[in-house]
Amino acid sequence: MDTFNTIILVFDSTVRLSVPLLLACLAGLYSERSGVFDIGLEGKMLAGAFAGAAAASVYGSAWIGLGAAVLISIALSLVHGFASITHRGNQIVSGVAINFIAAGSTIILGQAWFKQGGRTPALASDGSRFESITLPFADALSDVPIIGQIYSELLSGHSILVYVAFLAVPLTWWILFRTRFGLRLRAVGENPGAVDTAGISVVWLRYRAVIFCGFLCGLAGAYLSVAQNAGFVKDMTAGKGFIALAALIFAKWRPINAMYACLLFGFLDALAIRFSGIKIPGLFEIPPQFMQALPYILTVILLAGFIGKAIPPKAGGQPYVKER
Amino acid sequence: MKRIALGLLAATALTFSAHAEPAIIYDLGGKFDKSFNEAAYNGAEKYKEETGTSYREFEIQNDAQREQALLKFAEDGNSPIVVAGFSWAQALEQVAKDFPDTKFAIIDMVVDQPNVRSVVFKEQEGSYLAGVMAAKASETGTVSFVGGMGIPLISRFACGYVGGVKSVNADAKVIENMTGDTPAAWNDPVKGGEITKAQIAQGSDVVFHAAGGTGVGVIQAAADAGKLAIGVDSNQNGLQPGSVLTSMVKKVDVAVYEAFKDGAEGGTWESGINVLGLKEGGVDVAMDDNNKELVSEEMMKAVEDARAKIVSGDVVVHDYMSDNNCPY
Repeated sequence: MDTFNTIILVFDSTVRLSVPLLLACLAGLYSERSGVFDIGLEGKMLAGAFAGAAAASVYGSAWIGLGAAVLISIALSLVHGFASITHRGNQIVSGVAINFIAAGSTIILGQAWFKQGGRTPALASDGSRFESITLPFADALSDVPIIGQIYSELLSGHSILVYVAFLAVPLTWWILFRTRFGLRLRAVGENPGAVDTAGISVVWLRYRAVIFCGFLCGLAGAYLSVAQNAGFVKDMTAGKGFIALAALIFAKWRPINAMYACLLFGFLDALAIRFSGIKIPGLFEIPPQFMQALPYILTVILLAGFIGKAIPPKAGGQPYVKER
Repeated sequence: MKRIALGLLAATALTFSAHAEPAIIYDLGGKFDKSFNEAAYNGAEKYKEETGTSYREFEIQNDAQREQALLKFAEDGNSPIVVAGFSWAQALEQVAKDFPDTKFAIIDMVVDQPNVRSVVFKEQEGSYLAGVMAAKASETGTVSFVGGMGIPLISRFACGYVGGVKSVNADAKVIENMTGDTPAAWNDPVKGGEITKAQIAQGSDVVFHAAGGTGVGVIQAAADAGKLAIGVDSNQNGLQPGSVLTSMVKKVDVAVYEAFKDGAEGGTWESGINVLGLKEGGVDVAMDDNNKELVSEEMMKAVEDARAKIVSGDVVVHDYMSDNNCPY
């Protein structure tokens, strides 16, 4: 029973840790499927996290924080769009620029506004933070072995953004593969010329894609600072945007695969945290360094050979030029 | 030729007129980490308030800036220059040699140079008291420790803590985890929170952290779960009032203040190693209005007992760094 409990708790932690990756990964999916590469996921997430925590602490409402996070993230997306769609600039350069702007400005603004070294004030649990939601009957069922435990520990007791993130997966699949907008979005990433010939605006489609991307990055940022933590600290995304990009390649730009990839990264992280420095009785001690390096080792191994060829959208990274 | 000589003279004059302003350089956690660096900052501010002398300060952004920052301050003629944190040892070793007339102080580490004052704390003694309180407060008999970077200094906290816990309840279980092996481990509250949740899931109901900025996440996670946390370095009782049992305070502020004061003109500067323990008032457990409700009389008595024994020398708390081993 104890082992089972441990497994449940590791999965529980997996869910919490994979949510920001998943949201950022889906964000990248929209953008890259439309042919706009986005290195700036990290920066948008960071800016979103800062705006979310700042607004939530000033107005005392998690929802206002969420709104601010989404707005700021969309604004940065539009900057990326303006540079790389309208002005046909280099998408990588523009993305990197967004990362730098976010990393610098969050600390400077945080210091200027709150005078706590780039930190925002800790959010109290009076509505300025997304609390965990207990699903109906979770408490009643918690004594039922196995099923009850899975329900009450694993499925219940997360913040609303966790459920939103996992619902966004089938929704993204449906939008991309079952709607006209999705078909056009995919087409514009493969062959924008054909889309243009059909009389559909390439520019407007791509703009919509980056706005979706900004929206989801904003959610990811708000999750980090307003749900998982209570407040912003500098560089709190800690490379999650880049891991999300790796997961996206890993998932071959498909939403369901993206969920699995992000869960895998989250799982490895949870494992590293839970089992670092634990001795296997009678055998040997796993060095914590190994557990901490495991996610990265696995990324390299998996990317190097086990997932087959990952083919990006054909027109990805290339600005669309109507006529020469 | 004459002009150059004049220029040189003017330059020297300038250097001298700007002299003797004290300076402090913080470590990577940043000036307002609510912990170690903030304590150093408070000490510098206190000096400024009392003497009206301004001071210079710098927050490094990465390890590569250490030597540069030290050199810059030393070249500008600042003295004394205080560096907060053990990571400064290597850079200071170099720079102190090149500026034999400048006074330096380093906190948390020993640098053996004639112009360096090394202030180290007996963290194990303060942590021992924290352990006594944790064991008294725990209902499950399991308590835990979250360290920042996995280095001997942090193991010294952990070892003292374990010693304190076991002195009250020999059967108690202490779970120990480190956040990471790079300096980034000082500033990763998400990971700190997850580690804390994992420890609480294993039965811990009092979590002591020695993890700088990461500790904000530790305290948050403990408060969210309705458990108790113990802060470190600065008094962190007010971070989550009612959920922070106490804080193991290191009087880093006093060390900085004293260094500034002694290093000023007419001060009584002494280089060498300065060890501050319970006896010297260098470490302690913080009591204030925020944790009044949490500390029972019995707990207070146990702490005072332990304190008296350590001060008198009846109890010697083992120093992990003396043999890289924890006997508890």
